Amino acid sequence: MTPLALAMLVFSLVLVWGGLAVAIINLRKNPMPYSDEL
Amino acid sequence: MSSSTNAAHPPREQWQSQIGFILAAVGSAIGLGNIWRFPGVAYTNGGGAFLIPYLVALLTAGVVYLLFDWALGHRFRGSAPAIFRRVNPRFEALGWFQVGLCFAIITYYAVIVAWSVRYMGYSLTRAWGDDPAGFFTGDFLHLLSSSDAHLTGDVVGAIAWPLVLVWVFVTVIMALGVAGGLERMNKVFLPLLVVMFIGMVVRAVTLPGAVAGLNSFFTPKWSALADPHVWIQAYAQIFFSLSVMFGIMITYASYLPRRANLAPTGFVVAFANSSFELLAGIGVFSTLGYMAQRQGVGVGEVEGISGPILSFVTFPQVISMMPGGQVFGFLFFASLFLAGITSLVSLLQVVSAAVQEKFGISRRVGSIAVGIVAGTMSVLLYSTSNGLNMLDVVDNFVNNIGIVGSAVATVVLVAFVARRLPELHEHISQHSAKPIGAWWRIFAGYITPLVLAAMLVLTMIDLVRNGYGDYPGWFTTVFGWGSLALILVASIGLSIVPWRTRVDHFEPIDLGFTPDAELDDLEASR
Repeated sequence: MTPLALAMLVFSLVLVWGGLAVAIINLRKNPMPYSDEL
Repeated sequence: MSSSTNAAHPPREQWQSQIGFILAAVGSAIGLGNIWRFPGVAYTNGGGAFLIPYLVALLTAGVVYLLFDWALGHRFRGSAPAIFRRVNPRFEALGWFQVGLCFAIITYYAVIVAWSVRYMGYSLTRAWGDDPAGFFTGDFLHLLSSSDAHLTGDVVGAIAWPLVLVWVFVTVIMALGVAGGLERMNKVFLPLLVVMFIGMVVRAVTLPGAVAGLNSFFTPKWSALADPHVWIQAYAQIFFSLSVMFGIMITYASYLPRRANLAPTGFVVAFANSSFELLAGIGVFSTLGYMAQRQGVGVGEVEGISGPILSFVTFPQVISMMPGGQVFGFLFFASLFLAGITSLVSLLQVVSAAVQEKFGISRRVGSIAVGIVAGTMSVLLYSTSNGLNMLDVVDNFVNNIGIVGSAVATVVLVAFVARRLPELHEHISQHSAKPIGAWWRIFAGYITPLVLAAMLVLTMIDLVRNGYGDYPGWFTTVFGWGSLALILVASIGLSIVPWRTRVDHFEPIDLGFTPDAELDDLEASR
């Protein structure tokens, strides 16, 4: 791959998949009891 | 459930776990558009540079309107018409308009799922031979040319019977309910989709020529960032991909328990959807790179890089060229089927929930009634030799005008007429692990609606001036504008019909907070 295309591939993966990883970690760190009560 | 007038509220169905809700929401968001729309849109709108407006749109529109929908659904706990009626009794028709859009989409979306079923089988024998394009439009669809599109009732059997099977399947899932049907199906189908799709992408990136495809996809054309059209395309992609503002996420959130965790969950769903899209871009362009190398042309010269043609013409060409292409093809079409069916049930739930609540009928009866009506229309309209032409026109008008119009109307009515934005903001904050900042209200109420309104106006001007595709004017008028007009009239009509459940006997969760509109009413009464 060209360096520029490779850089954009890495940039995209870090931001999008990294964003997903951070979002999952944040959800696990801030659990809220999942209640069945209504 | 009683079918008598003003029947009491039955206990509302509920997701059984947070992971169940997340998988269902992600399953709804990940659909055919992730696989066949995103790669082509990104490539033609700046390649790698498109990722910048795309990410901006993800954060300023995707996450923002996902939370807007979830706040409405979780706070007012009902089907789309019930929710808008509870926001303001005059808004019920907007809810029915969203239900109508979903109904129009399910009738053709199911057809594409049925095509995928047939092509899973076809790819094992490479049934299209040397001419996948001729096979798809001729042998398979018996398609009339777009310039010769006309009304016809000749149902194509090869499409009709898998379509009937798809409808039976989704109707059974709906009848099993939110926890027993939708949640359970998504817990199996979504992980299966991800595993199969990753398998296909791994094979694609190891093909000769894949690097050229990835270079084409990721090389940025920076000048595109100065083009407003590219930014609008990025917002459109995020908007359509995340299934926001047309009833789905509102309905899904209405089945959450009171103590839900909205904002952190919203970020997970939004980023999961984009992660899958990016994976699809890598897989599709690696495959196109291989095809270009085999044909001795540049990747930019390969035709059919998006939409049904990418899936049902271009990919079969690659499958024919590739050693072990049968397995690759099966994985690809199985992925299309799984992505399609998980989105289809979410669309169907919007319609089914609205019918059940409005007419006071049981889940089972409502699901079967909606399945029979929508399934019959689906078979009669879209499994004919004119099916693809109608599908193309209805899809374009319903998405680009119907859904975007619904979004603009929702923001205007909820935020500016009913002035509920501060209340929704507070609701999200109180139902998230941490409060969300003022940025949410600024983007939800002011900045992003301007982008959506611009999208709507530009699209309408273009359609009025230039028509759509090669279709005769009467054809786009009847199936494009006509579909929207029919949905609008039906929405108004249904909003006049009396409810057979006690829709107005409802108290939202107490936030310890008085909305602006109520403060004004108090002030006026003094």
